[in-house]
Amino acid sequence: MGLTYQSTGKLATREIFNVPASIRQPVVALAGNPNTGKSTVFNALTGLRQHTGNWPGKTVLQAKGSYIHDGRKYTLVDLPGTYSLLANSVEEEVARDFICFARPDATVTVVDATCLERNLNLVLQVMEITDKVIVCVNLIDEARRKNIRIDSDKLSERLGVPVVTTAARSGEGLSRLLDVISDVVFGRVQPKPRLVRYTPEVEEAIARLEPGIRALVGGEINARWVALRLLDGDIKLGHSLEIFCNRREPVRAAREVLV
Amino acid sequence: MSTRTILGDLMEEAKNIVGPRQDQVRDSVVKSIFQAAENIAGEVVSCSSPGRANWDRKIDNIITSPVWGFPSMFGLLAVVFWVTLSGANVPSAILAEGLFWIEDRLTDLFAALHAPAWLHGFLVLGVYRSLAWVVSVMLPPMAIFFPLFTLLEDSGYLPRVAFNLDRFFKKAGAHGKQALTMSMGFGCNAAGVVACRIIESPRERLIATLTNNFVPCNGRFPTLIALATIFVGGSVAVFPGSAMATLAVAGLVVFGIAVTLLVSWVLSRTLLRGEPSSFTLEMPPYRKPQVGRVIVRSVLDRTMFVLARAAVVAAPAGGFIWLLANARIGGTSALAIIAGWLDPLAGCMGLDGFILLAFILGLPANEIVLPILIMGYVCGGAMTELNSLADLRQLLVDRHGWTWLTALCTMLFSLCHWPCGTTLLTIYKEQRNWRWTVAAALIPTAVGVVVCMVVNNLVRTLDWV
Repeated sequence: MGLTYQSTGKLATREIFNVPASIRQPVVALAGNPNTGKSTVFNALTGLRQHTGNWPGKTVLQAKGSYIHDGRKYTLVDLPGTYSLLANSVEEEVARDFICFARPDATVTVVDATCLERNLNLVLQVMEITDKVIVCVNLIDEARRKNIRIDSDKLSERLGVPVVTTAARSGEGLSRLLDVISDVVFGRVQPKPRLVRYTPEVEEAIARLEPGIRALVGGEINARWVALRLLDGDIKLGHSLEIFCNRREPVRAAREVLV
Repeated sequence: MSTRTILGDLMEEAKNIVGPRQDQVRDSVVKSIFQAAENIAGEVVSCSSPGRANWDRKIDNIITSPVWGFPSMFGLLAVVFWVTLSGANVPSAILAEGLFWIEDRLTDLFAALHAPAWLHGFLVLGVYRSLAWVVSVMLPPMAIFFPLFTLLEDSGYLPRVAFNLDRFFKKAGAHGKQALTMSMGFGCNAAGVVACRIIESPRERLIATLTNNFVPCNGRFPTLIALATIFVGGSVAVFPGSAMATLAVAGLVVFGIAVTLLVSWVLSRTLLRGEPSSFTLEMPPYRKPQVGRVIVRSVLDRTMFVLARAAVVAAPAGGFIWLLANARIGGTSALAIIAGWLDPLAGCMGLDGFILLAFILGLPANEIVLPILIMGYVCGGAMTELNSLADLRQLLVDRHGWTWLTALCTMLFSLCHWPCGTTLLTIYKEQRNWRWTVAAALIPTAVGVVVCMVVNNLVRTLDWV
């Protein structure tokens, strides 16, 4: 319904994939299941008016905005809502490729406090791609109304990444979220994700593939995760990787010139 | 060694390790992730009582029930239209009065400056007048309809609509999420077309794209509402009258949905054959909409955006129409000559040449169809001021011989004709295929021509007019 400036795609960014972002300003990605309030968080942080609505799949485009925190400008990218990152759909592919190849300086995974379990599936998958994850437990007000309590310290400990509870609609918790984002972006806090351990069979297979992958992609992309994807027969990722590896050299050169 | 060969080797190796157990590996991976999520959630979440969750379920049991689902949906639709219709009349009249008062002052100003008649005609009677019409006819219904629709969207009602309509779309060989993209089309078909991205399967996405235009967008609602008010509800907005007009508009919308399903069905059996894919649609919890913000945002963002777009198109179009209407070729205006060419076809469809011409010239934006029509009618003869719907009724019925059949055919054609320029452009951008873009224009137009011809000839044969 909202044929607004944002939704018609003027702000949708494809170029961002090609921008060596950390040279300029920190890039923060917003991931999460559909309908967890990602766009509300996005709007609250950027002051933009990305169309929000209570139905899953509303953010069909990836929206980009920016905000200033402590005198520093951050770029915020609102990824399409997905239940997983297995690239079953275009949205999942977009979200995954962005986290993997655009390598945001922090990825905030927004989860719905009222159905944490299902949302954690995505968090666990995001953590496999990048260390720099922050979990934003949103809709905490709704959870309170439903008498659902979440032990955020324990959650943080179990996941190994910072957890912030928010109610984005009323602005609750957002300033802390901004602080935590900057902590992660500038390395004051270094998340140490506790990854899912798979069955011995799968783990063994990962271990066999990992060295070869690391030699190819270097430290920029998580080799363990790539190994897992290859074991899953993910051909699309293979293509994206090829493009990434071929482009890396020119980008690196550009970086050296610019820095 | 090149990247490609290294990658190829790695993928080959992965394949060898997994062997024929590809599915098992995936299952095992997914299972491990789910297990981990379950364990963590079990440790950190505590829930003292189910509380409100039951309340959600109770509402869902009613509005998605096989028995009450449809009546409640139709009822809600009718309420939204009724509020829009009856609420828009008064502000519309006030706006029209104010804007036409300004027109008179502008005329005085031009006279005082001894400006040439053609300049006054072009700028004031052409550009300004069509702008004034677009604003006074469109703004009030939009300013009411958009917030109401956004409230429904915010509360979580839309996915329930999709749930209710799912079996119909499935029977039509289309995707259940098409109900969502269709709903977005009520606001703006271009937005509806963009929303089609939520449908993964290209075949079903194309069906949803091609049929999105069958629900009236905000540019067409004012036309429908104005005509329904004049011809169904009488010219005065008293309760029974506006209730009837509401039912007429709601009926048209239901007809549009029926056409959507029918065309989807035909497409999925001819050009776009295939099985409907299954999908899961999460029913989000009901959330209390942020009423204040919804109203401010939907008025400022959507209403003003759509209005600005309409105005940008209406201003030059108004000037152009004025030129057409006043350029005399052998004593007749160019507009009348073109309308004359269109008359035979339009006549078969229960319209007249001016109406069809207004639709054609309204290609850039549907909002300007009615203003163009009025200008075409008015410019031909003596100038009249149109301050209210009563004046409009007089113009249409007394001067140009409209009957309820003309109004009905106009409304039907408004519902089923080519999408506006913006929507077509959006379809092209989304599909990257000009053939489907042309199809998106031809299919609704063909449907509209056929429907209008059938209705017109049926009614005339039965001697109802």
